[in-house]
Amino acid sequence: MKISNKIIESHGLNTQEFKDIKKLLKREPNLLELGIFSAMWNEHCSYKSSRLHLKKLPTRGKQVIQGPGENAGVIDIEDNDAIVFKIESHNHPSFIEPYQGAATGVGGILRDVFTMGARPIALLNSIHFGSPSHPKTKSLLNGVISGIGGYGNCIGIPTVAGETKFDETYNENNLVNAMAVGLVQKDKIFYSKAEGLNKSVVYVGSKTGRDGIHGASMASAEFDENTEEKKPTVQVGDPFTEKLLMEACLELMKDNSIISIQDMGAAGLTSSSVEMASKGSLGIELELDKVPCREENMTPYEMMLSESQERMLIILEDNKEKDAKKIFDKWDLDFVVIGKTTNTNNLTLKFNGKVEGEIPIEALATKAPIYDRKWVRKKILKKKIEFKNLKKIKIEDALLKILSSPNHSNKSWITNQYDQDVMCDTVQRSGSDAAIIRIHNKDKAIAVSVDSSANYCKSHPITGGKQIVCENWRNLISVGAKPLAITNCLNFGNPENENVMGEFAECLEGIKEACEFLNYPVVSGNVSFYNGTNKKNINPTPVIGGVGLINKLSKPMSHNFKKEQSVIILLGKTFGHLEQSCFLKENYSIIDGMPPEINFLNEKNNGENILKLIQNNLLLSVHDISSGGLIVALSEMSISSNYGIKIQKPKKLANLFEYFFGEDQGRYILEVDINNLTKTEKILKDNNIYYENIGFTQKDFFEIEGEIKISVKDLAKINNEWYNNY
Amino acid sequence: MKSSVIVFPGSNCDRDIAVALEKMQFKNQMIWHKETKLPKSDLIVLPGGFSYGDYLRSGAIAGKSLIIDEVIKAANNGCLVLGICNGFQILTETGLLKGTLLRNKNLKFINKDIQVKVMNNETKFSNKYKKNEVLKINIAHNEGNFFTDDNHLRDLKENNLIAFKYCNEKGNVDDQSNPNGSLENIAGIYNSKKNILGMMPHPERMVDKLISNTDGINLFSSLLN
Amino acid sequence: MKFSITVTLKKDVLDPQGKVVQNTLVNLGMNLKNIRQGKYFEVEVEEKDQIKAEREVNEMCKKLLVNLIIEDFKINKI
Repeated sequence: MKISNKIIESHGLNTQEFKDIKKLLKREPNLLELGIFSAMWNEHCSYKSSRLHLKKLPTRGKQVIQGPGENAGVIDIEDNDAIVFKIESHNHPSFIEPYQGAATGVGGILRDVFTMGARPIALLNSIHFGSPSHPKTKSLLNGVISGIGGYGNCIGIPTVAGETKFDETYNENNLVNAMAVGLVQKDKIFYSKAEGLNKSVVYVGSKTGRDGIHGASMASAEFDENTEEKKPTVQVGDPFTEKLLMEACLELMKDNSIISIQDMGAAGLTSSSVEMASKGSLGIELELDKVPCREENMTPYEMMLSESQERMLIILEDNKEKDAKKIFDKWDLDFVVIGKTTNTNNLTLKFNGKVEGEIPIEALATKAPIYDRKWVRKKILKKKIEFKNLKKIKIEDALLKILSSPNHSNKSWITNQYDQDVMCDTVQRSGSDAAIIRIHNKDKAIAVSVDSSANYCKSHPITGGKQIVCENWRNLISVGAKPLAITNCLNFGNPENENVMGEFAECLEGIKEACEFLNYPVVSGNVSFYNGTNKKNINPTPVIGGVGLINKLSKPMSHNFKKEQSVIILLGKTFGHLEQSCFLKENYSIIDGMPPEINFLNEKNNGENILKLIQNNLLLSVHDISSGGLIVALSEMSISSNYGIKIQKPKKLANLFEYFFGEDQGRYILEVDINNLTKTEKILKDNNIYYENIGFTQKDFFEIEGEIKISVKDLAKINNEWYNNY
Repeated sequence: MKSSVIVFPGSNCDRDIAVALEKMQFKNQMIWHKETKLPKSDLIVLPGGFSYGDYLRSGAIAGKSLIIDEVIKAANNGCLVLGICNGFQILTETGLLKGTLLRNKNLKFINKDIQVKVMNNETKFSNKYKKNEVLKINIAHNEGNFFTDDNHLRDLKENNLIAFKYCNEKGNVDDQSNPNGSLENIAGIYNSKKNILGMMPHPERMVDKLISNTDGINLFSSLLN
Repeated sequence: MKFSITVTLKKDVLDPQGKVVQNTLVNLGMNLKNIRQGKYFEVEVEEKDQIKAEREVNEMCKKLLVNLIIEDFKINKI
């Protein structure tokens, strides 16, 4: 069959890329081979637009066992325990079919974790939708949440934390980022590097159907009016089969039968076989007629590109087939030897004895194009906001506007749809700064959180990149955890647009700086480009998922006030930065301005001393200050506890709005028992930490003297309305 | 006391109940659903989870497992049987308990801590609880809405076979405290011989102060009594 | 006028429920090649003209009852 330009285009490749393929093969590819190149060379699998920039990220540290390059990242949490974690996007499928798109996103990330031998212990998600008034938003919201819950609950892994945001930038491109965290013994980690000649290549899991053919290509294409036509490529997830697959794999992993293992995710059988062979510098030969198929008359093309879910590829040790098959029979899953490793360094595909395709592995894996796409730095806007021209409002009204907004409303409506308690190790659930998961049968725990600030990243990408890492770091500190490492999901628009590429490059610069300073390396992640429709790109939305360690878990540190008459300390200096604030957006619809500066020294110093204070049992509660500023953080501490506050007006800052709503970074609120005040203040003073005693907790009323007095019950009621009414 | 926890494909609260049982000093064994013989047990547990993905109807397919015949035999011989959440659903599908669990009234999965009232504290499962004691306990289900016909409901009431009812902190059984629309706020029931208990809330999630509370402990202590 | 609507999964879409139900029936000793699970609705409309009525039912399917991404449907007059 002659490969026309139209066929090349429909495979998501450009003419130069096709020329490169011909050069590598020393001939024209056939359709099967073209399909395989299109899957391996698309953005999602090859990272061709992002690789150059990703190389700059810090990925090493004493705590890092495995950085980027494997199915997931691995960090050491002492005592032979390790944590495996990663975040991944499933944006484009979630727009087309929100339930299944979100569900299969959860399924995919879980496989990335248990393929390394780790039993998943927690799920998180970062989901972003368009404006609530946009006609598609409600059904997308419902679909995505049902899908995440439907998959996670069924497989029995607690969904413990997340963030849900609304902004018109996502009107035609909602985002679904799913993160999974798993526990493994350090000496029992499984990797994907194939080793040994003539080893059996085994296919396990669900049968292969026609699902998602060219899904990986779809993820790399923008949406336009013809997007609706792409419908049939969405896969249906089967969490029940995934549960069986997970248990079967974990059971097989108890002994030494597995040489290497990888899940079949994007580009299914193609990517898994190629990546495993490439890592081991081997060839791989597959007999496609052996592939278990769900549909009749499937062609080699369909089999290689199918994205049917819940499948894994295993390279097995000699003489282990019989025992391994017994395990998969027990769990009623297909287990078929479909090929072997070779020394040809080729991907050789046979069907009914005939070679249907043969491609050098390296052509697919390492010779994929790397693009140094043109990019421009974000111009700093010199436009200043004239505060004196803004309509006068009362502090109370401004606060209530924020607390009743979709982005700040209580999210129990969402989180009650997720089982957070299964596995009985969830010490602290959604609604906290970070969730805390106990390490089963041990005295220690991990803390996990996921964060993003697309508005900061849009207005000044470098600062935005720094800020999201710092905020994520602060969230872990706030629950008494030592932050160890992060995974990142980089959601951006079209990389062929030099402004978008500039946002990408600069956000990464910011992330790099923050990670280096805080010793908080990147161990895994995912890039999702082409989040745009008809030339309109989303705001840059890098998402950070962080994991920290709590060595000796006694009582979890949370942000709800514990009693009345405690001292409230504001730690960190307040300059009153209102630009890019939630206050301006919600009350005046102003989205201009620069984000607040990051002072790394203060961030580190403040955070490390808070950990010290927590470890010395000097604090009753801790909350970091982020979107909405001081007053919103105080509200959150009240609403979650039913205790109010009595705060005096600041003596120095003249503008109250700047003081209470400013989003200066590196700040925390501490609740301290009056008997511990002296000890606490001494530690703060000794370490040069700026702090203010701003008031006390009290029963019933949220009070700022002379400005607000509202009952905490009313505050909670207003904060709880939006989702229930939507 | 010896316990056997039946594990179906898709059960996922099996480890949780095993941990709770062992904490309470039961000698526990995990029994795979394909087994055709049950070890001698004082207590059989059908755990929570999504056996067979809840496909077709929750518990319908697990109810046809090989091991279920042995469970039925043991139950008829007076063995104690505890069905939690999906386990309760399986018990109704097998007929060991009458009634059925329908989709939650609001059609969504619900996970939260709620209150239940101990309606009968004179059974093997509840003798350590005070009469009308209010427990704070976790639920996590899609199909927890208990429904049955008038005859069975009358039987449940007349013979004191209602184990738990959803209530508020003060112990008032009302609409507001009913999380899923269950008939008369019923959260758990016994069979006529009171050796089988089916309940939607998860007592195994309430045995550890660090995670939640210890309101579930007395269910296990009662059994050991 | 009464109509029945049968909603089925599209041909190439995975049916996790059908798969499990099939295996269970086989384990119970039954003989079958394949089974797929769908939904069935019965709807009664006021409209007396059959063509107009079918159009209305069609609208209902497209707007709500059927997930056109992964499902097909058939309308029959009862």
